[in-house]
Amino acid sequence: MMLSKGLKRKREEEEVEEEKEALAVDTWWLDPGHPAVAQAPPAVASSSLFDLSVLKLHHSLRQSEPDLRHLVLVVNTLRRIQASMAPTAALPPVPSPPAAPGVADSLLASSDAALSASMASLLEDLSHIEGLSQAPQPLADEGPPGRPIGGAPPSLGTLDLLGPATSCLLDDGLEGLFEDIDTSMYDSELWAPDSEGLKPVPEDGSGKAEAPELDEAELDYLMDVLVGTQALERPSGPGR
Amino acid sequence: MEEDIDTRKINNSFLRDHSYATEADIISTVEFNHTGELLATGDKGGRVVIFQREQESKNQVHRRGEYNVYSTFQSHEPEFDYLKSLEIEEKINKIRWLPQQNAAYFLLSTNDKTVKLWKVSERDKRPEGYNLKDEEGRLRDPATITTLRVPVLRPMDLMVEATPRRVFANAHTYHINSISVNSDYETYMSADDLRINLWNFEITNQSFNIVDIKPANMEELTEVITAAEFHPHHCNTFVYSSSKGTIRLCDMRASALCDRHTKFFEEPEDPSNRSFFSEIISSISDVKFSHSGRYIMTRDYLTVKVWDLNMESRPIETYQVHDYLRSKLCSLYENDCIFDKFECVWNGSDSVIMTGSYNNFFRMFDRNTKRDVTLEASRENSKPRAILKPRKVCVGGKRRKDEISVDSLDFSKKILHTAWHPSENIIAVAATNNLYIFQDKVN
Repeated sequence: MMLSKGLKRKREEEEVEEEKEALAVDTWWLDPGHPAVAQAPPAVASSSLFDLSVLKLHHSLRQSEPDLRHLVLVVNTLRRIQASMAPTAALPPVPSPPAAPGVADSLLASSDAALSASMASLLEDLSHIEGLSQAPQPLADEGPPGRPIGGAPPSLGTLDLLGPATSCLLDDGLEGLFEDIDTSMYDSELWAPDSEGLKPVPEDGSGKAEAPELDEAELDYLMDVLVGTQALERPSGPGR
Repeated sequence: MEEDIDTRKINNSFLRDHSYATEADIISTVEFNHTGELLATGDKGGRVVIFQREQESKNQVHRRGEYNVYSTFQSHEPEFDYLKSLEIEEKINKIRWLPQQNAAYFLLSTNDKTVKLWKVSERDKRPEGYNLKDEEGRLRDPATITTLRVPVLRPMDLMVEATPRRVFANAHTYHINSISVNSDYETYMSADDLRINLWNFEITNQSFNIVDIKPANMEELTEVITAAEFHPHHCNTFVYSSSKGTIRLCDMRASALCDRHTKFFEEPEDPSNRSFFSEIISSISDVKFSHSGRYIMTRDYLTVKVWDLNMESRPIETYQVHDYLRSKLCSLYENDCIFDKFECVWNGSDSVIMTGSYNNFFRMFDRNTKRDVTLEASRENSKPRAILKPRKVCVGGKRRKDEISVDSLDFSKKILHTAWHPSENIIAVAATNNLYIFQDKVN
């Protein structure tokens, strides 16, 4: 399973070695006690785990009030997985013809940045939901906090890995990662008179076939903006 | 774990006394009061049910000390936060008793956002014979009143009433995971994911923030508070645990905001056990001081650890709760079981520790003899008054007759909440929506 006991050899203390070890035994889909797990391509397992973690992250953030502990643990795990996917040493060859290295570099950098930026903004959204933060930060930033993504030019193999992994999750590829980003401010339909988002379930006869445009998280944000709510930190007055 | 383990030292024989089905609602917290006379349970529906131990009678000496329902009340209702458009669950996260100071009992109960102080008192007398009112309470015609009557207290059937005496609200932005009564009996603390507040029992519209780990930038959030508790004797000392497997001990005398710990307990990661899930399984789900105040016990996903307050570098004891799950972490991550929060408890003398597991199993570890036992809380597998049979999980290879293989474990049957009587060998085990009370057999 996840950690095979078959691999017993002296461990070097180097970080890189440890990362490789972690990847090498990451063959959880195999039967328990399966030997020779080092032969299995590590990247495939990480990709499934990566997908799973992204799914969990999305699911967690879709809650009206996310479980912060669950969220933080999933995000930290996702960062670990992402970090382990960055080294390209043992990745399988890519079938599609490689683009120019420069393009690949920038694509990878941007997808990495996009992912980490989306994670960062998802967390930022969380603080909006809690009604405590200031104005939203710009999405583009220097990368995931505490983890460098720049550095060595990555190969195209990794790019393909990140691409399909996310696009198989979401129909619109990387765009889908930004689904949770609140763009209701810029959504002109918000102010349309027949927008369902602002009303409770309409009981009018005119069949509104569309589902409501706004979900709870966007409503929160809207309420915050309209009401100008701040500082629910200090207790004020008697309880409800 | 040996097969023919001698469990006599731990629990000669734990009998199953009763099992109370609490009707649909999942039990979310269990707590004995300081004398062990009362046992409180909170459930997902916001109800609190209190059991009281029967006085021992000479006639039925073998039925000593059964627990019967004493009081039931609705502590919290579901609320809707209109401002944030959020529903606040009524589930009771924790109950903590106050030490008894008069005839009434007091307990704190909390959901995700609001702590309430409840007074539970008995009424066994009723005033009768009002001057101006008849027996049904209607006013009498003044013309018919010719004499003065003073009401007299007459015995009535015992009535136990619970009244909310204080409501401590609007102080937590995040979900409250712990409450702890201070040894000064005047203050208590409530902890959520990012902050800990100190309250005075008499004051409900203010609380004092003593720990705040919320980063200025929420993007930098990597760690949350998972549990907190006051020291049993030193009213200035408390500990809190984190999702990264660390424990911080704080002294409130050092500064008003205890963001800088006095002691920091962390065990270095074992490189041979490292995986993507290392952090998740190191997340501490419960922290408890020993009764003596010398040790703390922490529960993470796979182990229970005992720490000496004087040694921060590593725990003095580590007990494997269900190490056979280590190879299943990915599946447990997939089905979210890896995020389950198990609690742990000390017995009265701090010699035995207990915690729950899956398949309605719970585990006890004797710290002195180093023996451990796995028991099961289920109606199918134990008859009333029968001695509990130790269980064993078979890890690989041949399965013996009474063993259960890892793959047959029911992960939906988890024992997250248990309690141990403060002085006797009586334990309460919550298995989803059933409460089991086990007692040590007396010969």
